[in-house]
Amino acid sequence: MQTHKAKRVEITIENVMESRLTDALRKAGVTGYSVLPVLGGSGRSGAWDRAGQVSRAQGMVQVVCIIKPERLDALLDAAFAVVERHIGVVSVVDCDVLRAERF
Amino acid sequence: MTDFLSLAGQNLLSPIILSFALGLFASLARSDLNVPEAVAKGMSIYLLFAIGFKGGASVASYGLDARLGLSLLAGVALSALLPIIAFGLLKVMTGMSRLDAAAVAAHYGSISIVTFVAATSVLEGRGISSEGYMVAVAAAMEAPAILSALWLISRGGGDGAKGMDGTLMREIMLNGSIVLLVGAFAIGWITGEQGLREIESFIVNPFKGVLCLFLLDMGLVAGRGLRGGGGVLTRGVLAFGVLMPLVGSVFGLGAALLLGLSSGGVALMMVLSASASYIAVPAAMRVALPEANPSLYLTLSLGVTFPFNLTVGIPLYVGIAMAVTGG
Repeated sequence: MQTHKAKRVEITIENVMESRLTDALRKAGVTGYSVLPVLGGSGRSGAWDRAGQVSRAQGMVQVVCIIKPERLDALLDAAFAVVERHIGVVSVVDCDVLRAERF
Repeated sequence: MTDFLSLAGQNLLSPIILSFALGLFASLARSDLNVPEAVAKGMSIYLLFAIGFKGGASVASYGLDARLGLSLLAGVALSALLPIIAFGLLKVMTGMSRLDAAAVAAHYGSISIVTFVAATSVLEGRGISSEGYMVAVAAAMEAPAILSALWLISRGGGDGAKGMDGTLMREIMLNGSIVLLVGAFAIGWITGEQGLREIESFIVNPFKGVLCLFLLDMGLVAGRGLRGGGGVLTRGVLAFGVLMPLVGSVFGLGAALLLGLSSGGVALMMVLSASASYIAVPAAMRVALPEANPSLYLTLSLGVTFPFNLTVGIPLYVGIAMAVTGG
């Protein structure tokens, strides 16, 4: 089966920043992404879980995009402008996709 | 004094406080007791709708007076002023940074709608009536505190604030709680007594039972907050969490007496001024002041001030309101 090189970008960010991030991604031309709920975790501020939150301020989501390698810099610039000062993680991994025209 | 002790005793042994205590105990004891997220969200929607609707129906029954507009203005003024007082107290009582102090202060200018709901339940239980439009005052007090906190930061020349953009302003003014509370108030006002009779079996009778379950969940959340964020509570910070609601309630008392509110209205204005937000303001602070420590303001407002108001504050404010108004 023919596969094509792509970049998978995972941005884990606070709930309150989700729409700001996805707006910035769309403006940068990244129209395909998925938003996943984060059930809980542990970081510099200690452990937390989604069930124990009373405020939208405390939860996290993960925005996942798969793009062509040449569009990576534009995506990261847009994402960084939003997430720079906030809690979160941005990671990039190489991946292979089956239908290149979709990315 | 006897009256206050009696009220405090009744309050502490009421189902709503004991439900909160159960949740707090379960969480601190690391029980796996848990209220599913969707259930908690559903209960909060129910409580906001019920309290808003009943407030609107009450205004429809008893009519409007000039005090409505003045009460709204007083609420906005209190919400804008209290963060400045809280900020000053924090700087004196704690070694908090300017940024953290401003973020915490914002919470103490805004309100806790759950504390307000619990207070109305106590008033209803004692047969004390209050102005139905206090629900609208509660909604009006949500946002000004956030602007005050951002002003405190910009005034200090700090670069920690991202400022208030249009998106953030819209999110604050149209957050789900405010829209539901004000919307239900409007529906109650439009449909009046007749509307209330039609849905009474849904929004009046089960109210206290749902409030008990909701407070059980709040106890669980407060306990988790204390377990996770207890380390940030120095003696000064803890003292602030108890002192600030008392200071706020005095300002609320003054405003309510100037407005000539009823005993119940005075008590509710004190409760609103004494309570601290843990829903709308934390979200706004995460956007506007991302470098401020969320453990600090969430643990203080939810883990210290909320339980204080629920157990000691509400009977105290009701007792004072009754004493000063002769109610």
